[in-house]
Amino acid sequence: MADEASIDTSGVTGEGVRRRDFINIAAVSFAGVGGAAVLLPLVSQMAPSADVLAQSSTEIDISAIQPGQAIKAVFRKQPVFIRNLTPEEIAAAEKVDTSSLRDPQTLEERTKEGKTNWLITMGVCTHLGCVPLGAGEGEVKGEFGGYFCPCHGSSYDTAARIRKGPAPKNLEVPEYAFTSDTVVKIG
Amino acid sequence: MSFPWANEYKPANGLTQWLDEKLPLPRFVYNAVGAGYPVPRNLNYMWNFGVLAGFCLVLQIVTGVILAMHYAANAGVAFDSVEHIMRDVNWGWMLRYAHANGASAFFVVVYLHIFRGFFYSSYKAPREMIWLLGVVIFLLMMATAFMGYVLPWGQMSFWGAKVITGLFGAIPVVGEPLQVWLLGGYAPDNAALNRFFSLHFLLPFVIAGVIILHIWALHIPGSSNPTGVEVKQESDTVPFHPYYTAKDGFGLGIFLLIYCAVLFFAPNMLGHPDNYIPANPLSTPAHIVPEWYFWPFYAILRAFTSDFFFIPAKLMGVLAMFSAILVWFFLPWLDTSPVRSGHYRPLFRKFFWLLLIDVAVLGYCGGAPAAEPFVMISQIASMYYFLHFLVILPIVSSIEKPEPLPFSITEAVLGKDESAVLNANPAAA
Repeated sequence: MADEASIDTSGVTGEGVRRRDFINIAAVSFAGVGGAAVLLPLVSQMAPSADVLAQSSTEIDISAIQPGQAIKAVFRKQPVFIRNLTPEEIAAAEKVDTSSLRDPQTLEERTKEGKTNWLITMGVCTHLGCVPLGAGEGEVKGEFGGYFCPCHGSSYDTAARIRKGPAPKNLEVPEYAFTSDTVVKIG
Repeated sequence: MSFPWANEYKPANGLTQWLDEKLPLPRFVYNAVGAGYPVPRNLNYMWNFGVLAGFCLVLQIVTGVILAMHYAANAGVAFDSVEHIMRDVNWGWMLRYAHANGASAFFVVVYLHIFRGFFYSSYKAPREMIWLLGVVIFLLMMATAFMGYVLPWGQMSFWGAKVITGLFGAIPVVGEPLQVWLLGGYAPDNAALNRFFSLHFLLPFVIAGVIILHIWALHIPGSSNPTGVEVKQESDTVPFHPYYTAKDGFGLGIFLLIYCAVLFFAPNMLGHPDNYIPANPLSTPAHIVPEWYFWPFYAILRAFTSDFFFIPAKLMGVLAMFSAILVWFFLPWLDTSPVRSGHYRPLFRKFFWLLLIDVAVLGYCGGAPAAEPFVMISQIASMYYFLHFLVILPIVSSIEKPEPLPFSITEAVLGKDESAVLNANPAAA
């Protein structure tokens, strides 16, 4: 553009930028950005609301769980399995060569130091989110002695690692800490 | 848009004439489904299912809007409100059973409508757009049916919601945040139930809109027919009304007999007893399955049990399940044979029936527990399903020698067509 005057060629057709083109682009861009900004609340309202996010931690008394027993607790409206492993179950989990696993992890990596017998995992199958069997009294534990998901046949071992079936990952270990020897705080 | 010999709408009196000038709605209906729409004279009963599907949509909207007047979309009371409909609301049991079985009926007629399209290659040019819109309608129906099944908030509702939203969790990187966003929480709860109800109410009207496009696109080339030979002349067609309004009316009568038999004598035949147990987030039913109309796709989902190269089994299953429907979008270009109708395609016809058996096998496996031998059978059947569309269909189209086609629809119906004789031997004129 040579100077201001050359832009002011309203009414001229053909090539060259007219004031009207600028107004046109500016108006459409302004409306476009404004319209896009309106999407933010429309999309964001779908995300978990404040009250859902507030249910972020749970304390559980584990004193009554005997070796070989497990309980189901609730964390964020989803089940958590707290299992007191027997020495045999710990031995079975440690015997496995981790390189043969789909999601290689040792039992030590999945438990707290000195508390290897306390296996705390989400009770949510990593395939499509069913609750695996094996935590309740008399439930099927699957061929690896841990958990068995009835929906699509995923089997987990005594460290709740995926061993067979369609699930891609081991049962998730949530964030937790022992607040005392008998109380665990999840979340 | 229509054939030149189509009847023209003539307003019968002053009122309809006035209306025709201001808003020609009667003219529109007359040209769309009245005497102004010429249709091939040889349509068989497989051509009834479009109208039946439209009827099912109306049935679902009417019963659904009424149910919404009595239902409460809140995780605390949803289950009880459904029981309230079943026990306390006048005729509530009938309306709910009509709606639940209406969904099944809708899928029955739509599957028959789709298989009609497969056999007669209704998807071929110039009708590709009708087919593409039809696949869109089917996808919308699946979404609507799924969300509707969640609303009673029974065990199957809850776990169905969990499993199906879990499918989105399989998408790499964004999957888990996406799943939480869709549910509005970490597991299905009030937020999910409410949005499903809202969308379940909305989507049928979106379907109605796409159906209008589907029929609009249909009226440009006009209806296909069992010979696959295009309409050439006036003697090939009859007006939609009264010929096909009568035929569709008869078909509707047969449909209603079967539908009412199920509705009144076996209303829970297609349901699951577990859905009469209130949703319990801590206990998964031993055998969770979707409704029957999703079984073939569910079997494909479950067929992938081990990782495929670097793709996890879970993602592979999800991709395969969605691809099983998305492959239909490419059907007009996968089947390259110039002959439409399966009647004149001996090899294609055999593979069509094989596909039908394959889908039935997948359906059976999808409803069975996730154990052997069903897993292996679904793996083989899933492989065959994709083989049919991606390999068999293009090959059959190129190597097959079709049987001779009739000259025209008139010849196919009457055994002779004078203009065909003229065509073959101009001297006879």
